Amino acid sequence: MTPSARQLDRERLRRRRSLTRGAVAALSTVVVLGVVALVVVRSPGWDRVQATYFNRNDALAALPDVASAFLLNIRLFLVAEVLILVVGLAVAIVRVIPSPALAPLKVIAVLYADIFRGTPTLLIVLLVGFGVPALNLTGMPTSLFWLGVVALTLSYGAYVAEVIRAGILSIHPTQWASGRALGLTYGQTMRHIVLPQAIRRVAPPLLNDFVSLQKDTALLSTIGLVEALRAANVISSRDFVFTPLVVAAVFFIVATIPLARFTDYLTVRSLRRENGL
Amino acid sequence: MLRADAVRKSFGDHEVLKGISLEVADGEVVCLIGASGSGKSTLLRCLNLLEQVDDGDVWLDEQEITDPRVDADAVRREIGIVFQAYNLFPHLSVLDNITLGPIKARGVAKNEAVAAAHVLLERVGLAEKAKAYPDALSGGQQQRVALVRAIAMRPRLLLLDEITSALDPMLVGEVLDVIRELRRDGMTIVMATHEMTFAREISDRIVFMADGLVEEVGPPEQIFTAPRSPRTAEFLARHRA
Ligand SMILES: Nc1ncnc2c1ncn2[C@@H]1O[C@H](COP(=O)(O)OP(=O)(O)O)[C@@H](O)[C@H]1O
Ligand SMILES: [Mg+2]
Repeated sequence: MTPSARQLDRERLRRRRSLTRGAVAALSTVVVLGVVALVVVRSPGWDRVQATYFNRNDALAALPDVASAFLLNIRLFLVAEVLILVVGLAVAIVRVIPSPALAPLKVIAVLYADIFRGTPTLLIVLLVGFGVPALNLTGMPTSLFWLGVVALTLSYGAYVAEVIRAGILSIHPTQWASGRALGLTYGQTMRHIVLPQAIRRVAPPLLNDFVSLQKDTALLSTIGLVEALRAANVISSRDFVFTPLVVAAVFFIVATIPLARFTDYLTVRSLRRENGL
Repeated sequence: MLRADAVRKSFGDHEVLKGISLEVADGEVVCLIGASGSGKSTLLRCLNLLEQVDDGDVWLDEQEITDPRVDADAVRREIGIVFQAYNLFPHLSVLDNITLGPIKARGVAKNEAVAAAHVLLERVGLAEKAKAYPDALSGGQQQRVALVRAIAMRPRLLLLDEITSALDPMLVGEVLDVIRELRRDGMTIVMATHEMTFAREISDRIVFMADGLVEEVGPPEQIFTAPRSPRTAEFLARHRA
């Protein structure tokens, strides 16, 4: 069927309006950012600030070292993210399962969540990084890498467990009943019906925690891991320049942007879905 | 087929079922009617062990299913239930909703489960919706899929809990049509409903519940035209258009 003249007319108007909107948004962004940039650049202290923080040559000189150190950050957060999900899921599930046989595990899970959510991540890093090797226990990891991963996992696992638990509890009870009514076991209902919905629902806050985790890999510099921040710091205290720190900052920012955009996308999508758009 | 004997159930101090007895024969359709809060949903949930009864017992054919040693998952495979809303799993397509139970709980081969699901969907006029997700269906279509999902488990008994109450009046008919068809196939059904006209048409017997007790049981003509209990008469007077 060919669209009517009226429909074509409307579509043309809508197109024109969305073009106008786009143009206004682009123009106002450019103007605002331009004014901010001008104010900063023309301020009296700008030359000195630029020389210390935004020096091109210093940046290029620091780039290789910081970049290769940042590979360590990437390895740290990728490994930690997997372990955090495992720990978070396990703790969340232990806390929601009604089985009395799990009572001791439940107590441990509650204590774990309370303690590790309440302790600053930096403290956990220091305690694990220096405390665990001092215990001289056999079987405990001694490499700084794994100590760092363990510290971050302990800290973030507690957050993620609570997020996942909230997701599980938000699923309508009739979903449980419908699963059990089909003869599925508790475990099957959890795995095939409740968890998939819960994880989807909490994906945005979960990814948000991961964004935060990626930055917190920098805390591991305190136990001697030469990651990006530490590498930048070494150069900057050797040469008395601050630009390497800015370079490190850029790496952290760039690494979190994909996750941040993905989080936005998921949030918008779940809003759309719930509103039936 | 099903026999409930003096079933009691309390939530805390609140006794919701105060000794319900009920018998359902093979192929019979029994409608539960009664005011909101009279215990219809609780009874249905007790019958397929989603709630544990406190006292009394329930028999499915030769088996006492309220015996705590009974495998509740196995019993539930034999008794389908459809609720008023939130039946379907929103993260699964219509087809996966229907085949999940047969595959995971009954161990049916995937291709067999899928083929059977297509046949059933065809019968309720939803063949082209197999790949759709529940959110993309109307309320009436969702409830028809929920019925298909219950039937796909080949239950011996089907429990329906006000499955048209949350629907737009325009959509009620298409769901009731499916129930009519199930009855024609000889399915044994116990359903709680507020659709009095439909209850009168479809049931072999009507059970009127009041305050957690069976107030009156009888064939629909008798219940609707000559109720013995004054409470039944009063309830029907208020619920007839
Ligand atoms: N899980 C529950 N916990 C506490 N009270 C409940 C629960 N389920 C139902 N009830 C109570 O039991 C009574 C009967 O409810 P219900 O069986 O849903 O009646 P009906 O389906 O006939 O409307 C109501 O007073 C209700 O509040
Ligand atoms: Mg009810």
